[in-house]
Amino acid sequence: MELYTLTAHELLKKINKGEAKTSDIVTSLFDRIKEVNPKVNSYVRINEAEGASAYSGIPVSIKDNICTKGLNTECCSKILQGFKPPYEATVINKIHASGNCILKTKTNMDEFAFGSSTENSYFKPAHNPWNLEYVPGGSSGGSAAAVAADEAIWALGSDTGGSIRQPASFCGVVGLKPTYGRVSRYGLIAFASSLDQIGPITKDVEDSALLMNIISGHDPLDSTSLNIPVPDYTRSLVNDIKGIKIGIPKEYFIEGLDNEVKNTIDEALNKLRSLGAEVKPVSLPHTEYAVPVYYIVATAEASSNLARFDGVQYGFRAESKNLIEMYKKTRGEGFGEEAKRRIILGTFVLSHGYYDAYYLRALKVRTLIKNDFDKVFKDFDCLITPTSPTPAFKIGEKVNDPLKMYLSDICTISANLAGIPGLSIPCGFTKSGLPIGMQILGKPLGEEMLFQIAHTYEQNTEWHKLKPKI
Amino acid sequence: MAIDKNTVEYTAHLARIELGQPELETLSKQLHDILDFIDKLKEADVEGVMPTSHILPVNNVLREDIVKPSLPVEEVLKNAPNRQGNFFAVPKIIE
Repeated sequence: MELYTLTAHELLKKINKGEAKTSDIVTSLFDRIKEVNPKVNSYVRINEAEGASAYSGIPVSIKDNICTKGLNTECCSKILQGFKPPYEATVINKIHASGNCILKTKTNMDEFAFGSSTENSYFKPAHNPWNLEYVPGGSSGGSAAAVAADEAIWALGSDTGGSIRQPASFCGVVGLKPTYGRVSRYGLIAFASSLDQIGPITKDVEDSALLMNIISGHDPLDSTSLNIPVPDYTRSLVNDIKGIKIGIPKEYFIEGLDNEVKNTIDEALNKLRSLGAEVKPVSLPHTEYAVPVYYIVATAEASSNLARFDGVQYGFRAESKNLIEMYKKTRGEGFGEEAKRRIILGTFVLSHGYYDAYYLRALKVRTLIKNDFDKVFKDFDCLITPTSPTPAFKIGEKVNDPLKMYLSDICTISANLAGIPGLSIPCGFTKSGLPIGMQILGKPLGEEMLFQIAHTYEQNTEWHKLKPKI
Repeated sequence: MAIDKNTVEYTAHLARIELGQPELETLSKQLHDILDFIDKLKEADVEGVMPTSHILPVNNVLREDIVKPSLPVEEVLKNAPNRQGNFFAVPKIIE
């Protein structure tokens, strides 16, 4: 059994028994990366990993938008070429403080987390380990593909509209977007500050709980981080869901939902019923507005956050004799197509004369979407939906149709708008062998309930044990 | 809401992004389609609804004003595309 195939909790046991060393795990991972990364492209800039310093515990793979001191952090964008952060993100400090370490190379992503397929990477697109002609999802497609391809033991991604959960579902692994404020965003290069959250992508639910224990908690450096004690999430890993009330929002089971996905989710719900859960239909009536609200709020915030990339302090600069020209050329050449599209859209919805009609209206509809969740969570412990309306799509299939790409986030976006946690867990495969994910949505700070349900489901199914042949 | 090429060009200028002519054409069409889709929000009844700009009931997060060391100047300037002494260098602003 190669070490890279194991989960973090299995490896920790081996380390404690003296059966494995961290250095063996790192060597095993880099051998595996050397073998399969040319096909999968989960990692970028691998050559820079050589000469890596001391490792301890279990290495965590990190998305390219989370600052790692002295280690290139470029958001897979030309405009951040060569950027070596002078400080660590808080999650990185927490990983070190827990006795673990990070793998000294970063995972592939859509530029600035703008995308659902990892095709918008300035480097090569990442591939789905289950079928290399398909996308791994995005924007944390590199982290999800790395975990699925056994190029990572466990990984961190970031989720603004589904960027952890959707790639986790496409790659057949576990992805959690925590409650907004549960994990510090300090050092996460901001996309949309009111929506972004860092979270774990792992081979199973136990690893997800372990990594959440490490990264959660209050941070004085992030004024939006919650000053509320963190429970021990591993205590939620019980095999019991008797009497738990699960709502099935009917608005997520509509036209455009793939038949195989629908049938697979139905089977998973039958499984949960047989394990003692009460499953009932519910309604979130404002769901149809989630995607339009998101593409106003997220692009507005992005246009503001990305104003800092102007060629002055770091990254790429296009030389010019005139300052305004330098800004415009730097940003015109440094940003990819999707980044430019979103920045311009965001600038437009915030601009004079359009603010009330777009931005302010979107914020009001956001309230309605949040109210929908507050209402159903009075009677239910969690909600279950497909993570994505379709399995992974082919590379190139949606790349020229941004609107079609945006609609692939339809099941995940609402959780970010409402700030609630969501977890994607593998629940089956298509006939052609692509993974399908089930999304469990919880109350604010309801991560323990998500772990309990997901762990129980996992203990009674075999999906998480299947591995792709690459 | 229709968005024409001039508006896209002007907005790109506000966002300090230079666009080539073919890029401007494609982007104008795509933004038109996206805004057309976003117009769905006009159907929603938002009468008397308060806007949510932030999901947490947390506000006025204050801390003690304590002096702490900041990043060394050399560290901060290490990533600069161009520097002069302890400054980031940029093209001349005042003619």
